[in-house]
Amino acid sequence: MSSGVAVDLENITIRFGDFTAVRDANVSINGGDFFSFLGPSGCGKTTILRAVSGFLEPSEGRVLIGGNDMAGIGPNKRPTALIFQNLALFPLMKVWENISFSMEVAGASAAERRKRADELLDMIALGGQGDKLPSELSGGQKQRVAIARALCANPDVLLLDEPLSALDLKLRQHMRTELREIQKRVGITFIYITHDQGEALTMSDNVAVMKAGVIDQIDTGHNIYDDPSTPFVASFVGENNVFRGKVKSISGNEAVVTTNRSGDLLSRITPAQVGNLKVGDDAMMFIRPEALELAPTDADSKTTITANVINEEFEGNSFSVFLEGDGGKMIKMSVPNLGQDHISARGENLSLRYDASNAVTMPAGELASE
Amino acid sequence: MKKKMIFSDFFKNNGVVMGTLLIGLVSFWLIFLIILPQLSMLDYSFRFNLPPAEVGGPKDVYTLSNYEHLIYGSDSTHQTYNTVDLKVFVRTIIAAMLVTIFNIFLCYPLAYFLGQSKGSGFVRLLVVLLIIPYWINEILRAFALRIIFGDSGLLNEALMFLHLTSEPIDFIRQDIALYAGLGYAYILLMLFPMYNVIESLDRNQIEAARDMGASWVHIHRRIVIPHAKPGIVSGATMVFMLSAGALAAPQILGGPSSLWFTQLVYQWFNDSLNWQQGAAYAIVLLASTIIIVLTVMKIFKVNMGDIGK
Repeated sequence: MSSGVAVDLENITIRFGDFTAVRDANVSINGGDFFSFLGPSGCGKTTILRAVSGFLEPSEGRVLIGGNDMAGIGPNKRPTALIFQNLALFPLMKVWENISFSMEVAGASAAERRKRADELLDMIALGGQGDKLPSELSGGQKQRVAIARALCANPDVLLLDEPLSALDLKLRQHMRTELREIQKRVGITFIYITHDQGEALTMSDNVAVMKAGVIDQIDTGHNIYDDPSTPFVASFVGENNVFRGKVKSISGNEAVVTTNRSGDLLSRITPAQVGNLKVGDDAMMFIRPEALELAPTDADSKTTITANVINEEFEGNSFSVFLEGDGGKMIKMSVPNLGQDHISARGENLSLRYDASNAVTMPAGELASE
Repeated sequence: MKKKMIFSDFFKNNGVVMGTLLIGLVSFWLIFLIILPQLSMLDYSFRFNLPPAEVGGPKDVYTLSNYEHLIYGSDSTHQTYNTVDLKVFVRTIIAAMLVTIFNIFLCYPLAYFLGQSKGSGFVRLLVVLLIIPYWINEILRAFALRIIFGDSGLLNEALMFLHLTSEPIDFIRQDIALYAGLGYAYILLMLFPMYNVIESLDRNQIEAARDMGASWVHIHRRIVIPHAKPGIVSGATMVFMLSAGALAAPQILGGPSSLWFTQLVYQWFNDSLNWQQGAAYAIVLLASTIIIVLTVMKIFKVNMGDIGK
C-alpha cells in the first residue's frame, strides 16, 4: 500500500453564485494523518471535501495532493477515493463486484478482481461474503464494504463524508475504533468530515473546526478542547459554560474578567488570543462542566461562582447539576458518580469553584447555536 | 393462506361495503371489459363467416380455416402461401420493433437528463411542454405530420430553402413519415417509465463510479442502464404493443403500397364484413406480440413484478 501523501489547501474560496460556501481556507495535512473537518451542517465542510476529490473546482486557490496542483484534474484521475455519506454501494452488483469496481474500470480480469476482493474482504472481516448483494448485509457490514471498495484502488488519500452518521450509537462507536485501526494499518491519509465532535476528537490527529465557510481553528483534538481559539469553537466542541463580561486586568497570559453575573473571575487567556485581548474589551470566559466543583467555604472569590440550582439529572456515570446562569443560559456542572445519592437540592444556593488554568477567556464572539 | 390474509386486511381497511364495491368494480372491469370481449373474439376466430340465418345452425361449427387463410390464402390445396398478408405481418412486427428501438435510443438521453436534474423548475416546464402535444387527438397529430412531411410541407420547403435538395423528397412513399409518426405517437410511453426509474437513481452512485475512474460509457453500462432496465422494458413493451397495433398513423401516414397488419384486420371487419377472419388476424397479432414481449423479457432477465415497480 502507498504511504501517506500530504494534502494542502492554499487560499481556497468556493462560491456558488452569490453564496460563498468556503472562504479563504488554508489547511496543510501531513501525509498519513487522520484529519477531520468538524462543523455544523452547512458550514462548508462537504464542499471542501468535494474540492479535494475533484467534483468541483475552487473559485480561488489551489488544491495540492502530494505537492501536485490538482487544477483541471477530474475525480477519476485524482489519487483520492471518496466514501459517501450514504455509502453509495451499487445495489445490483455483488459485494465482491462492488469492492473491485475500480479494477473493473481499469480492465482487470475477473479472476484478478475476485482475488483482490477476497483479500480485502478478509481484511474487513467479511471473508466469504463476497457473493452476497449489499442489501443482504447489515449497516456495519455495508460500511466496511464501502471502505474496502475505496481502498481497492490503492488511493493515496481516503476521503470520508460522515460515513458513520447512519449507524446506531453502539455501532458508531465501534466503527470509530475500527476506522482508526484501518487507517493505521494502510497508512494513507484520511480526511474525515463530521458534525460529531466525539468522532473528530477520538479518531483524528488533527481537527479543523469550521463555521459558516470559515476555518476557526486547526489543531490536535486535545488542544481544540482545552484551548479553543474562538467562542464558536469553545461552544461547539464539547459542552461549555459561558460567562460574558469586560476585561478588568491582564497579567501575562491570565486575565480577570468582570462578568455580568458572577463578579470578577480569573482565567487563562486562550493561547491563540494572547496579545489580542485588551483591558476593557468585551470578553467571554468558558468553563467546562467537569472543571466545576463544589467550593469549600474558604475558596478564593476570584475562582468562585454562586448560583441557584434549577435542576439535577442523574446520568449514570455522573450527575449534571444545572444552575441559574448568564442571560437565561444555565450553568452546567458535571460531578462524577461515586455513590452519592444526590449533589444538590432544587433552589439551593451553591458555591462552585474551578482552577483558573481550566477556564479560558477570549474576545467576545458568536457562539455555536444549539 | 396469504391470499386470505390480504383479503381480510383489505376488508378491514376499507369496510365491508366499500370493499365489496371496489372488488365488484375491478371484477366488472376485468371480466366484462377485458376478458369477455377477448374471449368472444377468440370464439369468432374459430367460426365460419355465415349468413345470419345459418348462425347457430348445423353449418356453424368450429374451424381453423380463418387461421389457414393467413398462411395459405384462399388456396384450399395449401400449395402456395399467402405471401401478401404474411409479408405485411412480418413487416409490421419488424417495423414495430425498429420503432421501439429507435424510441429507446431517443428517450434514454432525454430521460437521463430529465431524471438527473431533479426538481429544477426548468425541467418541470420541459416535461409539461412534452405532454401538451398529446392533448391533441391522435388523428389530428397524424394529419399534422402528414402536412409537415408533404411535398410542399414545412420539411421539404426548409430543405429546398437550404439547398439541401432540389426536388421535394417523397417522405410518405418512402415510409419515413410513417416511422416518424409511429415513433412520435407513443414516445411519451417510453419516456416516462424511463424518466421515473432514472430519477430514482441515487446520484452518489454515479459520482462514486466516477470517483473510481469509470468512464461515462462504463457508468451507463454498469450503473444507470441496469438500474433503468425495468423502466426501459416497460416502456419498450408499451411502445411495441401499441405500434404493432396502431391504426391511425399507418392509415394516414403510410405510403400507398405499404399496409400495416392492423389495416388488414380493419379491412376484414369493416370492408369485407368478415368478423371471423378479422378476429383470427387480430388474435395472431396479439399472441405474437405477447410471445415476443415475454421472450425479450426473458432474454433481458426482467420479471413482470419489476415492471410494475
